[in-house]
Amino acid sequence: MTDTLTAPPRKPFTRPPTAALPKSRHARRLVRDALVALLVVIEVAPLLWLLLSSFKTQSEFVNDPAWSLPKSWGLHNYAEAWSTGHVGLYIRNSLLATVPSLALIILLGVAAGFALEVMVWRGRHKVLLAFLLGIMVPSQMILLPLFRIYFQTGLSGTLAPLIITYTAAGLPLTVFMMATYFRSIPREVFEAATLDGASILRAFWKIAFPMVRNAVFTVGLVQFFFIWNDLLISLTFTTDDDLRTIQVGLLNFTGQYGETAYGPLFAAISINVIGALVLYLLINQRIIKGLTAGAVKG
Amino acid sequence: MRSVLGDRRALAILLGPALLVYTLVMLVPMGWSLGYTFFKGNVIEGFTFDGFGNFEKLWHDPQAHSALWFTFKYGVVVSVGQVLCGYLLALLYVFVLRRSSALIRTLVFFPVILPTVAVALMFQKLFAVAPQNGLANTALESLGIHHGDWFASGGGSFLVLVVMDVWRSMGFYGVLIFAGLLDIPEETLESARMDGATGWRLIRHVVLPLSWPVVLASAVFSINGTLKVFDSVLALTNGGPGSDTTPLTLYMFRTAFSYGDYGYGSTIASLLTVVCLGVSLIIFRFSRRDLTKG
Repeated sequence: MTDTLTAPPRKPFTRPPTAALPKSRHARRLVRDALVALLVVIEVAPLLWLLLSSFKTQSEFVNDPAWSLPKSWGLHNYAEAWSTGHVGLYIRNSLLATVPSLALIILLGVAAGFALEVMVWRGRHKVLLAFLLGIMVPSQMILLPLFRIYFQTGLSGTLAPLIITYTAAGLPLTVFMMATYFRSIPREVFEAATLDGASILRAFWKIAFPMVRNAVFTVGLVQFFFIWNDLLISLTFTTDDDLRTIQVGLLNFTGQYGETAYGPLFAAISINVIGALVLYLLINQRIIKGLTAGAVKG
Repeated sequence: MRSVLGDRRALAILLGPALLVYTLVMLVPMGWSLGYTFFKGNVIEGFTFDGFGNFEKLWHDPQAHSALWFTFKYGVVVSVGQVLCGYLLALLYVFVLRRSSALIRTLVFFPVILPTVAVALMFQKLFAVAPQNGLANTALESLGIHHGDWFASGGGSFLVLVVMDVWRSMGFYGVLIFAGLLDIPEETLESARMDGATGWRLIRHVVLPLSWPVVLASAVFSINGTLKVFDSVLALTNGGPGSDTTPLTLYMFRTAFSYGDYGYGSTIASLLTVVCLGVSLIIFRFSRRDLTKG
């Protein structure tokens, strides 16, 4: 997903050989520019408006039209969202739930993908199919029994239910994607390693894992966004207000002040968008770097 | 070597933990939920056996019917919207912008990674009428179109929902289909152009058939996600007005957690599962038949 996003076109299309008249070429360029401009407006206008609104005061929301610029650029709304609105706490909770889940998903998922694709044993197709089931069946199917188990084991009231559920829910797709990546590595690589006396565990850790490093990065990214942006699982298992993840916190943000504190709400949404934007810019650079370094294509 | 690649102990170490976690946290609860469908009650009140009572209730429950209908309606409309807009974007990238498309691609992809809740709250304000007319209404009014509160009617809410979900995911399908279009050999397009196929005819008779597999793959991916829609609906409309925009997922959530009916909640979840698996199966068969034809 992220590879194709930044990969340069492999086969750039050349212009049609018909010698276009200067006039029609001019018209074509005009149409093209109009299309691009329209697209940019559709993408940017809502986000820009969101950002501008996050600086407005309550009276500006009530009295001024939507397109007016804010009168001052103070960070008051942001400070209020961060502390009074608990956005800081919610982001911390999200991090505490996401990081361990992500580490577990990658560790368990890559190993399982390797075992299912490279190793030879009976019944691996059945296991692969069982994992496929996890991709298709909706999460609603696992919520109630898990809620009961977490409740009765006393895990409710901690972040553990989130970490456990995210890990399990992230495994099917990770296992599937990793199996596909391992399929693209010639089997001779592992056969040669075992001939040289490496155990299969050593071959996995020293050879296979480094070879799919880029793929692991891609899969990790996909899972990160799944977990970070999840609402269903976090809404179900965070019974304690202090354990809310950022999505649940954002959803309940309006309620906290009654419906009236528009500025802090816009600021809270903006914090999410800006955070995503910073991450997005970093990822793009990282992938371009990886591509230009001529690393193994994942 | 066979024995090394089939080493039981290594297999247990590599596959064991993942399989164990997956089985305990996903597979067992799935079966458990199926078991719940024959019971009434919840954790606090205890469970009583109810036979097929929940299925009978489902059959006669008008709210379940409207939730099922909404799930289908939303799934079809949004999936068509996502794939169609994605295809148009891919055509724009490949044939109009050509090599300078990287920046636009990156820009249009950005909303894909945004949290759904944040996007939904933003759209709520974009289409709001209070405390101020949102940007959407302001823009429409400058064009002479006056629209009241979008969220006051089921139709208006549905429209905003569709616009939002297409807006935030079309970049993803654009890139997915873009990658597919790049695989069409340049020579094929070249010879089609020699034969006089340009513009719409080139796309209709050459590009579309050749990119059909990636369109189908996108459709499968899209419908699999849209049938399970939850975040967007909950954050944008909260299922309202009334229950006009309540899909099965949200109806299940309400039944189980607001009304404490685990048995009926699990029955709704099972219906949703059947719908998801059924639709995936239909598309798979459809795509297989089409491949043998082409």
